[in-house]
Amino acid sequence: MADTATDQAFVEFERVQKSYDGENLVVKDLNLSMPKGEFLTMLGPSGSGKTTCLMMLAGFETATHGDIRLGGVSINNIPPHKRGIGMVFQNYALFPHMTVAENLSFPLEVRKIGKADREEKVMRALGMVQMQDFAGRRPAQLSGGQQQRIALARALVFEPELVLMDEPLGALDKQLRETLQFEITRLAHDLGITTVYVTHDQTEALTMSDRVAVFDDGRIQQLAPPDALYEEPQNSFVAQFIGENNTLLGVIEKIKGDTCEVRLDDGSIIDAKPINVTEVGQRTRVSIRPERVEIGTARLTPDAHTLKAEVLEFIYMGDIFRTRLRVAGNDDFVIKTRNAPDQIRLTPGTMVEIGWMPQDCRALDA
Amino acid sequence: MAEAMLAADGTPLKRSLARALRRQKLRALMLIAPLLIFVLITFIVPIGSMLFRSVENEMVGNTLPYTVEALAEWDADAEPLPSEDTFQAMFFDMFLAAEAKRHTRLGTRLNYETTGLSSLFRQSGRQLDDVADISYEPLEDFDAAWDDGETWYALMNARQTADDALMAQQRARVAALTDNETNSEVNFAPDAEVAALLPLAAREYTAWAVYVATQDGRDPATRDPWEAVAPALLIDLQTADLSGYAGPEADRLRAVQAANLPVANFVDAFVDMDEDWGTQVPWETIQTHSSTYTSGYFLNAVDAQKTADGVSWQPEDKQILITLFVRTIWMSLLIMGSCILLGYPIAWLLANLPMRKANLLLILVLLPFWTSLLVRTSAWKVMLQQQGVINDVLVWIGLVADDGRLIMINNQFGTIVSMTHILLPFMILPMYSVMQTIQPSYLRAAKSLGATNWTAFWRVYFPQSVPGIGAGSILVFILAIGYYITPEIVGGTKGVFISNRIAYHISSSLNWGLAAALGSILLAAVLILYWAYDKIVGIDNVKLG
Repeated sequence: MADTATDQAFVEFERVQKSYDGENLVVKDLNLSMPKGEFLTMLGPSGSGKTTCLMMLAGFETATHGDIRLGGVSINNIPPHKRGIGMVFQNYALFPHMTVAENLSFPLEVRKIGKADREEKVMRALGMVQMQDFAGRRPAQLSGGQQQRIALARALVFEPELVLMDEPLGALDKQLRETLQFEITRLAHDLGITTVYVTHDQTEALTMSDRVAVFDDGRIQQLAPPDALYEEPQNSFVAQFIGENNTLLGVIEKIKGDTCEVRLDDGSIIDAKPINVTEVGQRTRVSIRPERVEIGTARLTPDAHTLKAEVLEFIYMGDIFRTRLRVAGNDDFVIKTRNAPDQIRLTPGTMVEIGWMPQDCRALDA
Repeated sequence: MAEAMLAADGTPLKRSLARALRRQKLRALMLIAPLLIFVLITFIVPIGSMLFRSVENEMVGNTLPYTVEALAEWDADAEPLPSEDTFQAMFFDMFLAAEAKRHTRLGTRLNYETTGLSSLFRQSGRQLDDVADISYEPLEDFDAAWDDGETWYALMNARQTADDALMAQQRARVAALTDNETNSEVNFAPDAEVAALLPLAAREYTAWAVYVATQDGRDPATRDPWEAVAPALLIDLQTADLSGYAGPEADRLRAVQAANLPVANFVDAFVDMDEDWGTQVPWETIQTHSSTYTSGYFLNAVDAQKTADGVSWQPEDKQILITLFVRTIWMSLLIMGSCILLGYPIAWLLANLPMRKANLLLILVLLPFWTSLLVRTSAWKVMLQQQGVINDVLVWIGLVADDGRLIMINNQFGTIVSMTHILLPFMILPMYSVMQTIQPSYLRAAKSLGATNWTAFWRVYFPQSVPGIGAGSILVFILAIGYYITPEIVGGTKGVFISNRIAYHISSSLNWGLAAALGSILLAAVLILYWAYDKIVGIDNVKLG
């Protein structure tokens, strides 16, 4: 059926809305289109509607309005067990009264697949997650990471074209999480499965996904590949949610092509790139990544605006230095510098001059 | 490890640790001591002593000690009747028992085994004086001094050496017979010489002296002994050699011996009292049930009986208890089954409804708990009887003719309906607590894997709820198997349980031994069930509330 659907739209949300109580919309006007084989992550703070979207796709919630299509076919009225979507749950949801092999065999049994075939598929799926030796164990006898591997294998064993993952690594420790992140990405790409992954962990989202949809307040704030998301946030929510950011408040002084000047609240002028500001006099929140701030004027263009800053704190973090400054009345302005041989270590109390390339400083909505 | 670990001061680590922990343990024990003692005294000990009655059988040996001893040699197959000595021992045992008013109690006890013995003992007890008088009256006529207690006291009381063994023996005999202490002071001690010369008379006189002194608080020196001492004396004198005797009343004794006064033939005397004494029946019963511990009550509890020829079934018309046991178990299973069927959906609702609604439902489930059991059962009586609510409604609708009202009470149906209602919360609560722990994501996972609603429930939800069903079932079954009030009120004759029979034996027939045996069997059945459940399902899986 994949052939008949256009590759550009394997999964489609069209003007989807969802309300639980008839008063508030949890999902407001969601439009999303996923090509086959894509790894898409829904990222957002809790209550942003990302899990609701996943549940609507899986069929456990019905959309209040709008259309959800899978392979070009509307699935609004198809019950979950007929959608053929694999799903991995945050708490694994492995059936505790069945062994690992029985857990994996379950989706094949309900599909009335023959015994020999079943056993072969189960062993192959266990092989994919390197868990062949654990076929006879009960879930309770496995560690969290092992359980998650089994849950993954169970979601893949019946060869679904779409797999949904609802914060699958949320309960694991950091190191295990990183290993599994890599494994999940590898499997998804090797098997060519379309994956929708829900998380609130931005690192996870950035490292695993082909595209990330940042959710807030029931809407997708930005849908972009990880690098674009980090480097070119389209609004101040995304800028603040993804990665670390320095923000300064001010008013647009002048717009000239893809640069503008912003008068900060303390009166100083800086250069920025206008993103979603359009007119002079508008309030703006400028955003700049800590690693794009330059100390001194050596690498800046001669006409670049600079700011005076007072060093408040210097933190040695091994690979980088983290320096906290007071800039334009903001005490939490942070810059990160690489621990290179020629890098100077700033002492608290000294005054420095800082600046940046205009394209690294983004003037966003206030 | 080859060598034991040592603590810093050189003592073995194990001992050092044990010492350190002992204080803690002691303190913990002291904390629970009041409750422990309370439970022990008010619960464990009474139950233990009650259960002990199911095998305890001291009454026969305590009441008829010499008869039991004499009967031991009797072989019912070889001899038609026990020996004259046995009858004689029976006379003296019975005489003392009758004076202590204990012979009817023994009659009741033996009547459990052989019907008719109760009246035999009761009637014979009244006529024992007549048998004694066969010897007593001629003796009194021969020499009026024998009618005087002082003569006897002078003869029997110790002069140089007392027979302490005989005294202790008779103290024990009276104590066993009356269940009372006999340690108080007795102004009498049997004379060793007389005791050797006149063993039977000394024995019976001592028994009397102990009895009047310890039980009635009288002084034996100033009282006349019971008539039974007369036949005892005459029996002794038949063989006693008085030639060397020079103690008090020596002349009187010699005169009596020379007069050759009549002694009753005890066999004839007993048969005269009641013809049944001339049959083997009472003697066999006493012989069979003379041991201190008996399996008789347990055999009775399963419709068998212990006879001289071994174990045999009760006569057909007396077999009721096995039927009752089977009925109790069968009906308890039915009640358990109905509770599962009715309780499962409710427990499921409780576990899956939103909090507010679930709480309301929970209150409805618990509401019966706050109503007296008696009230609930009586309510069922109102509902189910022929002129009751249900029948009235059925007649009013026209489903049932007025003269064809359904009989729903005083039978098994009534018991099952009302007990299902009463025990339902005990099924729902454990099921609810287990279902609460089953996360909804299991069902979602099953559905996402392609299972229909039914498959998801049956393959994923239901197996996980089985421990709850098990916990509820074992609870309801154990409660049902010992239920008393409800079957008593709505069960009629067809719907009563074994517990109602136990209550009958405790309060009406007073056959506590049988009641204890029935109770022990019930307790054992429940414990076996519990053990089996633990083996199969694991008692750790039982969660209540």
